[in-house]
Amino acid sequence: MRIEGYGRVDRDVSLDFSFDGRRFAGHPGDTLASALMAEGVVLTGRSFKYHRPRGVLTDTSAEPNALVTVGRGAGRDPNTRATVQELYNGLEARSQNRWPTLSLDLWAVNDLAAPFLGAGFYYKTFMWPRAFWEKLYEPIIRRAAGLGALSGEADGERYEKAYAFCDLLVIGAGPAGLMAARVAAEAGAQVILCTEEPRFGGRLLAEAEEVDGQPGHLWVAGVLARLRGMDNVRLMPRTTVTGAYDGGTYGALERVSHHVADPQGAPRECFWRIVAQRAVLAAGALERPVAFGDNDRPGVMLASALRGYLHRYGAAPGRQVAVFTNNDDGHRTARDLARAGLNVVALVDSRHDAESLAGEVPFFPGWQVCGTQGRRRLSGITLRAPDGRRDVLQVEALGVSGGYNPSLHLTCHMGARPVWRDDIAAFVPPAAHVPGLTVAGSANGAFTTYGCLTEGAEAGAEAVRVLGFRAEVADNIPQANNTPNRLRRLWAVPGRGRAWLDFQNDVTVKDVRQAAAENYASVEHMKRYTTQGMATDQGKSSNVSALAILADATGRDIPETGTTTFRPPYSPIAIAAMGAGGQGAGFAPERFTTSHEASLRRAAPMVEAGLWYRPSYFPVKGERHWRPACDREVRMVRDRVGVCDVSTLGKIDLQGRDVGRFLDCVYANTFSTLKPGRTRYGLMLREDGFVMDDGTTARLAELHWLMTTTTAAAGQVMRHLDWVKQAYAQGWDVRFISVTEQWAQFAVAGPQARDLLNDVLDAPIDNLGFPYMANGAVSIGGTRARLFRISFSGEHAYEVAVPSRYGAALWDLLVARAEALGGGPYGMEALNVLRIEKGHITHAEIHGRTTAHDIGMGRMIAAKDCIGRTMAGRPGLVNDREELVGLRPLAGGTLTAGAHLFAPEADPVRENDHGYTTSACFSPTLGEERALGFLLNGHRRHGETVRLVDHLRGIDTLCEVTAPCAFDPTGGRLRD
Amino acid sequence: MRLTCPLCGARDRREFTYQGDAIMLTRPSNDDPTAFSDWLHLRDNPAGRTRDLWYHEAGCCAWLVVERDTVTHAVHSVALVEGEDAD
Ligand SMILES: [Zn+2]
Repeated sequence: MRIEGYGRVDRDVSLDFSFDGRRFAGHPGDTLASALMAEGVVLTGRSFKYHRPRGVLTDTSAEPNALVTVGRGAGRDPNTRATVQELYNGLEARSQNRWPTLSLDLWAVNDLAAPFLGAGFYYKTFMWPRAFWEKLYEPIIRRAAGLGALSGEADGERYEKAYAFCDLLVIGAGPAGLMAARVAAEAGAQVILCTEEPRFGGRLLAEAEEVDGQPGHLWVAGVLARLRGMDNVRLMPRTTVTGAYDGGTYGALERVSHHVADPQGAPRECFWRIVAQRAVLAAGALERPVAFGDNDRPGVMLASALRGYLHRYGAAPGRQVAVFTNNDDGHRTARDLARAGLNVVALVDSRHDAESLAGEVPFFPGWQVCGTQGRRRLSGITLRAPDGRRDVLQVEALGVSGGYNPSLHLTCHMGARPVWRDDIAAFVPPAAHVPGLTVAGSANGAFTTYGCLTEGAEAGAEAVRVLGFRAEVADNIPQANNTPNRLRRLWAVPGRGRAWLDFQNDVTVKDVRQAAAENYASVEHMKRYTTQGMATDQGKSSNVSALAILADATGRDIPETGTTTFRPPYSPIAIAAMGAGGQGAGFAPERFTTSHEASLRRAAPMVEAGLWYRPSYFPVKGERHWRPACDREVRMVRDRVGVCDVSTLGKIDLQGRDVGRFLDCVYANTFSTLKPGRTRYGLMLREDGFVMDDGTTARLAELHWLMTTTTAAAGQVMRHLDWVKQAYAQGWDVRFISVTEQWAQFAVAGPQARDLLNDVLDAPIDNLGFPYMANGAVSIGGTRARLFRISFSGEHAYEVAVPSRYGAALWDLLVARAEALGGGPYGMEALNVLRIEKGHITHAEIHGRTTAHDIGMGRMIAAKDCIGRTMAGRPGLVNDREELVGLRPLAGGTLTAGAHLFAPEADPVRENDHGYTTSACFSPTLGEERALGFLLNGHRRHGETVRLVDHLRGIDTLCEVTAPCAFDPTGGRLRD
Repeated sequence: MRLTCPLCGARDRREFTYQGDAIMLTRPSNDDPTAFSDWLHLRDNPAGRTRDLWYHEAGCCAWLVVERDTVTHAVHSVALVEGEDAD
């Protein structure tokens, strides 16, 4: 129902919405919870385990009960707290965890079985037999217990992530947060003010209370107007700071468009990383209930929430209401509800010596509420007098207050534990917690408005003073209520009936006591045994009460019993928000070569090589499969000429007088003796003696060198060179930089490679002037280029490099000339076959566990100090190694990479393993399958027979062991 | 977590690559395999102050020695491996 004259919703405008298909109306400014309440809907959901009817408990984000699914289709949003969801026109919400309907929920039979479903039920019942767990228990439990469900479809909703930096981050915008932000902003600091609510003002918007001689919400409006006028202030409504991390970093979730019908392209949520020099936590405090029999009946709410719905929304769950409290704050609720014209039938205060602060309201000091009546909503409460006498009152709503817990969660995100303050019966932040963060107001245990204003101002001023700003506080504090809230602790009312603590996970006082009785006496054990505090609300309304009851049951005091650990996030965050931008093409960057477009025009399928995209093969008419294309391309290179884009290899430009010396250090073999105009193969080791990478390095001029790395290890090699230079070669005259992106480089390979090049070069080359492993500057159509006579294919071959802007043009030119000679482009499949035929290694072979010795290059390690030399000499790295060999089938059969090698007569089991294969292909040149692999002592087993077994693919082939190089072993084709 | 690179200023830890103990800076001068093996493989695991190596890979590519506390997460100093006075 709506209360006339109350609330700050816009009653001139009506918004239509639906809940479980029924149509309702509310107003701008409503939440889904307040609009349902105004429409008389009290039952909003079913509980997790027992399917008990539940209604709204709070008016905050800590709501454990009123979880609904908003929207439909792929982007539907389960487990939305109705207390947070702002109303918009056309909003569709559905209740959860009920079947078939909310009012008739057949799973409610669980509630009848409750005596068997208590604490530890899962542990005790479903341990055995194992098969029953997977096939029977778990599916049933998953069906019966649970929260909302995702659609199972890809979520097309947009999410964003963003970064912000500031001098001061203020978390919470009640009286403390507003003062902190104002003082800091007036001092000139860059301030970010976040509130998880849609409006700034915090509790001042939910109370009838004066600040500075005017209604609280008007004082808020004044401060906000001032903050809005300052360009050093950023106001972030609907933004929950969810975690505190090292270095002044805070995670925050902004709900950007959950509150509008049409987001108009705006993201649904944005996950912020805010870096703040200092931060003030002014997140307020959360009221906690008192547990008593059947205290979960819809209509039983927190007293502050009842008051909040009245002042904020002009909404109440019924006309007949009562309040049950152990502190003075509950009296305010009774007073305000009575003033609003509701029939407050009882103010029940468990303190026998309490005096009523609620005027004419019937007052029951020393009494307790010990039970409730009603089916799907509250219809009455049972009171118990100090002498045991009972009375039953008809009510539609009951406000309960057990005191307040400061919202100190963020202070514990980096390992600190809160400390117990007996005078307010609550945990407060410890002295030292998150560096750079101070706590002010109710979050710090200051429960009066004046206390909040004062602490906020001081915290804001202190924070920015540390940063060098001049901040004034002294006579700036507005007048406000400063009456402390008196309280006498009461956690649970003794008596019959189930007294609920954790509403979201259905944990009762009895469950906690039972855990203690079974010696789950530590908080962490109790929590896991009962599941208290482990639901999506993380026990915000139940942790302290459960702890107090555990303390009582185990005969300890509360500080001795401890507290559970608070971890980020403070409230649930969609994974999609944290991973924003990482879906689809945003998952990883894509690197394209300059020939990419031309390759696509030829319908070349692309294969990923790290972030690069490289063509697998270039199909011609009639080729519907990769193999014919690959075979053709291999023959083309062996017989005529082929062109291949090799720009993805890492290229590092090195200059300086000490480059030779530096390369001697990072390569296992010697480079200082290399002459300008010459190129050399180099093997790079890790410090532990294993192979890191290989490639060629060309000496372009006396002081100018160019290193190439494999595509896969380009980043690792650059990092390694930086390390060796900065750590071990300080003061050497060496400078280097990656030029991978700056140069397009193409291999031209085959017997007609030189013919093709002389077709395009401005000045022709010959074998004498440009022998194998030569390099030099050339020009093509007047453009300066670099030419290297190096070969990965084993053919007479060159690599020609031009600045990237000429790459596409040169590719087209080379391919056209190659085709005129009967050749053409070749892709990764052919490149791979060509190198396997030659026994050349790639990272399939140098995979991090192979040594120079293993790949037959042990003798390359020069007698000089270089990275990896000492460790490569360890006996375990040279004796009884699995060594690189070639393999060919003895009498047909298939060879695969990843197969294992065994002696022919041995059982193919792990104990008899003699090695494995790393690469395999059909060699069109040799007319048979070929493989490379590592075989135990393989260097001296050429000619032997081994058995290749691929257990995964069911392949078993007898092979002859050969040298890795199966084609042109003397290398004559390279030099012609 | 944030580190203040001496060349680039305070940056998010995502810009850096972690390597390990700064003992890697003091490479044995001889080729005694035992000394090398110990240097390469034996590591303390202190609860408290450590000196370890970070690489500002998404920044200036400087290798850094970071002195920090594994218990409090405090970062005490960040210095260039190469020394600020290197040319
Ligand atoms: Zn840097």
